[in-house]
Amino acid sequence: MTTIDLGTIRRLVSVTVDDVEHRVPEGATIMDVLDGAGCDTPRLCQAPNLTPVNACRVCVVEVEGSRPLVPSCARRVEDGMVVRTDTERVAHSRRMVLELLESANDMSQAGDDVARWSVEYGADPERYGPPGPPAAAGERGNRHPGHHAEPDGETRATVAQPVTVDNDLYVRDYARCILCYKCVEACGTDAQNTFAIAVAGRGFDATISTEFAVPLPDSACVYCGNCIGVCPTGALKSVAEHERREAGIWDPDDETVTSTICSFCGVGCTLELHVQHNTIVNVTSPHDHSVTHGHLCIKGRFGFQHVQNL
Amino acid sequence: MFGAGGGTSAYQEVEETDLVILWGSNARDTHPIYFHHVLKGLHNGAELYVVDPRRTSSAKWATGHLALDVGTDIALAHAMGRVILDEGLENRAFIERATTGIDEYRAAVEPWTLARAQEVTGVDAALIRDTALAYATADRAQLCWTLGITEHHNAVDNVRALIDLALLTGHVGRWGSGVVPLRGQNNVQGGGDMGSIPNKLPGGYDVEDEVERARFERVWGAPIPPRKGLHLSQMFESMERGEIRAVYCVGENPAESEADVAHARKLLTGLDHLVVQDIFRTATAELADVVLPSCADWCEYEGTVTSSERRVQRVRKAIDPPGLARPDTHIICDLATRLGHDWGAPTAEQVWDELRSVSLNWHAGMSYARLTELGGLQWPCPSEDHPGTPTMHTRLWERDPAARGKPAPFAGVEHAGPLDVLTAEFPLRLTTVRTLDSYNSGVQTGGYSSPLRRDEALCIDPADAEALGIADGERVRVVSRRGAVEAPIRFDGAARPGLAFITPHFSEQVDVNLITNEAWDPQSGTSEFKATAIRIEPLPPRQESLVADAERQERDVPDVRVPVAGS
Amino acid sequence: MDLRLLPDAPTDVERTAIDAVVPDDLGSTGERRDLLLPAFHAVMDAVGWISRGALGHVCERLQVPPAEAYGVATFYALFSVTPRAPRTAHVCDDVACAAFGGDALCAALEERLGPAGEREDVTWTRSPCLGMCERAPAVFLQRAGDAAQRSSTIDAGPEAADGLGDHQQIAPADVTTVLEGLGGADVPGPDPVVSTPQSRMDRSRSNGTRPQELHLLSRVGIVDPADLDSYRAAGGYSGLRRALAVGSSRVVDEITVASLTGRGGAAFPTGTKWSAVAGSPDPDKYLICNADESEPGTFKDRVLMEADPFALVEAMTVAGIAVGAHTGYLYIRGEYPAAERAVRHAIEAARHHRLLGDDVMGSGRVFDIEVRRGAGAYICGEETALMNSLEGHRGEPRAKPPFPTVAGLFAKPTVINNVETLINVLRIVAEGGPAFAEVGSGRSTGTKLFCLSGVVARPGVYEIDMGTTLRELLELAGGVPDRLRTILLGGAAGTFVTPDQLDVRLTLEDTREIGATLGSGVVLCLDESVDMARILRRIAGFFRDESCGQCVPCRVGTVRQEEALARIVRGREIGDRKTELQLLTDVDRVMTDASICGLGQTAASAVRSALKLGLIGENA
Repeated sequence: MTTIDLGTIRRLVSVTVDDVEHRVPEGATIMDVLDGAGCDTPRLCQAPNLTPVNACRVCVVEVEGSRPLVPSCARRVEDGMVVRTDTERVAHSRRMVLELLESANDMSQAGDDVARWSVEYGADPERYGPPGPPAAAGERGNRHPGHHAEPDGETRATVAQPVTVDNDLYVRDYARCILCYKCVEACGTDAQNTFAIAVAGRGFDATISTEFAVPLPDSACVYCGNCIGVCPTGALKSVAEHERREAGIWDPDDETVTSTICSFCGVGCTLELHVQHNTIVNVTSPHDHSVTHGHLCIKGRFGFQHVQNL
Repeated sequence: MFGAGGGTSAYQEVEETDLVILWGSNARDTHPIYFHHVLKGLHNGAELYVVDPRRTSSAKWATGHLALDVGTDIALAHAMGRVILDEGLENRAFIERATTGIDEYRAAVEPWTLARAQEVTGVDAALIRDTALAYATADRAQLCWTLGITEHHNAVDNVRALIDLALLTGHVGRWGSGVVPLRGQNNVQGGGDMGSIPNKLPGGYDVEDEVERARFERVWGAPIPPRKGLHLSQMFESMERGEIRAVYCVGENPAESEADVAHARKLLTGLDHLVVQDIFRTATAELADVVLPSCADWCEYEGTVTSSERRVQRVRKAIDPPGLARPDTHIICDLATRLGHDWGAPTAEQVWDELRSVSLNWHAGMSYARLTELGGLQWPCPSEDHPGTPTMHTRLWERDPAARGKPAPFAGVEHAGPLDVLTAEFPLRLTTVRTLDSYNSGVQTGGYSSPLRRDEALCIDPADAEALGIADGERVRVVSRRGAVEAPIRFDGAARPGLAFITPHFSEQVDVNLITNEAWDPQSGTSEFKATAIRIEPLPPRQESLVADAERQERDVPDVRVPVAGS
Repeated sequence: MDLRLLPDAPTDVERTAIDAVVPDDLGSTGERRDLLLPAFHAVMDAVGWISRGALGHVCERLQVPPAEAYGVATFYALFSVTPRAPRTAHVCDDVACAAFGGDALCAALEERLGPAGEREDVTWTRSPCLGMCERAPAVFLQRAGDAAQRSSTIDAGPEAADGLGDHQQIAPADVTTVLEGLGGADVPGPDPVVSTPQSRMDRSRSNGTRPQELHLLSRVGIVDPADLDSYRAAGGYSGLRRALAVGSSRVVDEITVASLTGRGGAAFPTGTKWSAVAGSPDPDKYLICNADESEPGTFKDRVLMEADPFALVEAMTVAGIAVGAHTGYLYIRGEYPAAERAVRHAIEAARHHRLLGDDVMGSGRVFDIEVRRGAGAYICGEETALMNSLEGHRGEPRAKPPFPTVAGLFAKPTVINNVETLINVLRIVAEGGPAFAEVGSGRSTGTKLFCLSGVVARPGVYEIDMGTTLRELLELAGGVPDRLRTILLGGAAGTFVTPDQLDVRLTLEDTREIGATLGSGVVLCLDESVDMARILRRIAGFFRDESCGQCVPCRVGTVRQEEALARIVRGREIGDRKTELQLLTDVDRVMTDASICGLGQTAASAVRSALKLGLIGENA
């Protein structure tokens, strides 16, 4: 006798998307339906291996009966739900979310999808005026909630600031941070349960921070790098990648990705080795593997130096 | 377990269980991704109990932490068994139908009253009782262990005492209930499954089983020695007796990793011929007559490894190997050719398919194509239409005796404390532990720069230090019955009075295996790394670290990877 | 949990303060994250800021990861994680105070104490609305240290309950009183009747234009807020007696029949919430009273709590028992120390007389109330943000669904009602749902409190029947002000209305028809003398400050709205006014359509209406 986990038995519900009816399992999200239907739904804070936080709002859709738009990543379908993705309201909100983010953040490493959506929806961050000066290192983390200097509107406020490099394994480039919460979730209950970082401060001045913004080596961080694994904008990346980019030798066109199994301990985590010019530049894990769910430990993610042929 | 050397449960089961016991395992640090599954279980409402002498990071997640004295596991397990029997909480139907030997077990645990167990183990009687009741009354429970159970002179007895608890409560063979040995290395499971242990043929067949051995001999076209061979500890004994005069050592670094390592080095040096095949020029390679540089197969060649949930998964080539390094199978086949047997030049898949042709029950259904498509398969997987086996031994729950098969025997083992006993001369217990960011002798993890890494130190409780008049950070001499090393002291909250610990990762800083006990388990061959009796001596002023310097010079072995071809 | 804490140790004072609010036995897991805010308040009250050592000790006691605790501490304006003067005057410069003495007071304090936040012993800082608009300008004195310890050792009473620190409100405030207060002097509280002019009218019957029967305010100024007997003599606790007699399902029915809607701003039918929670099979349920009154221009709940705290305690008891909750949380705004002392005292007295506890009024029913103090975050008035705050998380709103009635506080079915909403329950229980529903019309039934401030003759809280016109309301307060230019109706999240709209009937339906909202009952009157650009920039700045930062539309949108407004006001448009208005409209739409919660969804409301009405810029 063999036991196979069948998961929870789910009934099918009927959802209409842009006038087309879909039969999907109860408990699916609207985004699941849209993905199944082949819609190109933009997303930033969503990840298949994390609990939806629906913070970025770029995946919003219209749902009949709801005045505000609805985040498709988090909302579960209900029988008879009527969804529209093809309306001007939806397009406007998606465009504005991308535009607002681009007006405040460096989105240049957010990947091809984001660049495509930005063009497709017509984001124009320059209309908010020229960017203001970058903050000094650590300054943004010291702002007090409920207070800010009144702006004159001559420049647009951004989150620009220097890159934080306080350890040998990864950098934090918070000028790129869109506060998608993914790193916090991966560090927290969704995976690592180390809770080294959290959102601190409030509103536009909110940051991802350790307690009292101490350097990572003083924090609870165990360098699993699962935050890097989920970061959508390049705000968190390995020192190896950062240095290669700085040196102008980052070469994604040469990159190959090979699946293998970690050589440490007996758990058997699937690794994806990202190799450029016969050198491992990054290690990730597929989010849909039952062993790792995309998450690794410090050895798996960074412990490959002994096979680097440098 | 019960004739098959593998854990009974899939990782996912620990997410869907009601109680988890980590026994001699600090999975939080040593199996971090397995602990992710444990944490999901805890978030789903499961309770965790941790049996560990130290207050580990795993223990900090536990409802109950049983901080037993090193090497008293059987006493603790038996006391729990006795509580369960006294309370009538044993699973009588399961015991009756699926096990044998309950009376012997009952007799074995009978002496282990809570009072006696508390005295021997140091664990509060009420906590032992609570843990026993929690385990017995949980609907589903997972019992996991690691090296804290197996690095003892009586490792197999320890394991059997734990399995007895699972049999007693019926916590085996059901989804969410099982026993899980977490393997220390990425292919311990697979290596054993492939027959690289002295008493087994590939696929778990006993080498002394005439019928099976004959089958292998037919396929391989060669005779197989009819009796089991020597395990590592026996090999060293054999070397000592002068019987083994030549060693072919593949991917092992005994000159650093053996207990009482000075002794091991002496024996290796005295061999007529030592061949080392490794990806590094290890300390052992330094002693070799011939070094065969090999690939890091997990990223420079191809093959499979098998995990603690019996999942066979493929490894693949991502980068080119350095210099003249070659895949292990290529080296071995060439060696065979030189020895007069033409094995050809099989691909990794051809080697695997040959294994599948003989491992009928476990691996026959695992084609490369299926392994790729399914992200690995869990054995047994006897045919290509078989889905693999996440949970083993479900047969024990079958109503039909024929389907149920051979019952699982209780072991009813006897408790025996560590051989390296504590005395006035050696009053402290030293145990070896692993850290999150390092691995074994550090050969592989030494290569990357971990922000977590600290200099090696002997970690002790401040109370012990105070009694000895030793300050935090002070260098001391650590003496065991086999030797002495120097090490700095670190106060550590995970220690407790009478218990010191150190890692095996940084032998270049503190060569701890100079003092560990080489006494080994006659059944498994594993040395008792976990229990050494030591004393700590302050260093006389001015003389500081002379010994250490000398030792360091003596084995100033580069850990960097340098081409060794032809050496 | 394998916490890793910074090595810094707490001082003895910090340790003692924290340990005083953390019970010794925290249960099997040892985790009590919901005590995070009380613990931080204890530290703030003791030493005036949260040091590394203090935060570490809180984390160790409550088993909360320090990064998360830091994220919570830095979410609230009243907490500081850097050294700050132990005595700080928070001076309101918000819409109702700025033009009515707030800005002038800030200037005077700057002259005396230097720039905001600079001095290390005593200092001042600007503050959003402090809920004392009827007595502008308002000041909240946050005082830590010796005085706090002294007052907390005095036997419980409305003036000094345990662990409350020594915080004070001053309104109207002048520079002398504020400096005295910063020096440690006690500041006498005002007569609550000052805040409810109708109470005077009713008693004198001499000056009111229209004698109005008071229900919500009926006891204000009549009962002694510190005396249970006085409350009982005025008919108090007859509602609970009746509720216990008729049974829970009947009470829920009456609330439903009464068509009572929430008075906090969202106007959701109360009966719907109650029925859902009462009908849930989950044995654990909660009631929350939302007393985090923070909408600029709103002060009605404060007046109710200060003047008639037993009514709230009784109403919560009725509600809790009706829906099957054993615990009710009263989440009260951190800037309301007088109201907090009053309700804490009332709860103690009710407990003492077995009107709370495990046998309420001899009925065998179990209900008790825990008070939790907010810490300076407008967003925590949003119901799900409040629940996160109560649980010790950042006050960030949650996605809905699931709604609180299904998964609210601690993921249990929860009824959350505003103070005024709950006080209405007493009348409904006494008179029956149908009688309540007869007042007003449609969904707008019963009486409603309005907070009149700005250029009115008699600012204060007014109770009127739903359906009374805005003009009639103004007449109650002394007539339509001369040179009235506009009224901010409903709060910062509301809209501006003009003098030609004064005949609108104050109902949910009628105000919606003119594109306005009742909101939280704000009626802020502004005349030609008021600098509208200043008002609008303050509103825009308010939302930028108070956005929790969770969702992009609100976090960045409120910044861009404020910047564009600044350009328009300063005549420095990018492009021309039309492109700026288009930009504002675009930002408005994404905030309104795609923000997670009501804050972002209404953050452009007042600005939109002001621009539409031409209140600023070239058309002004």
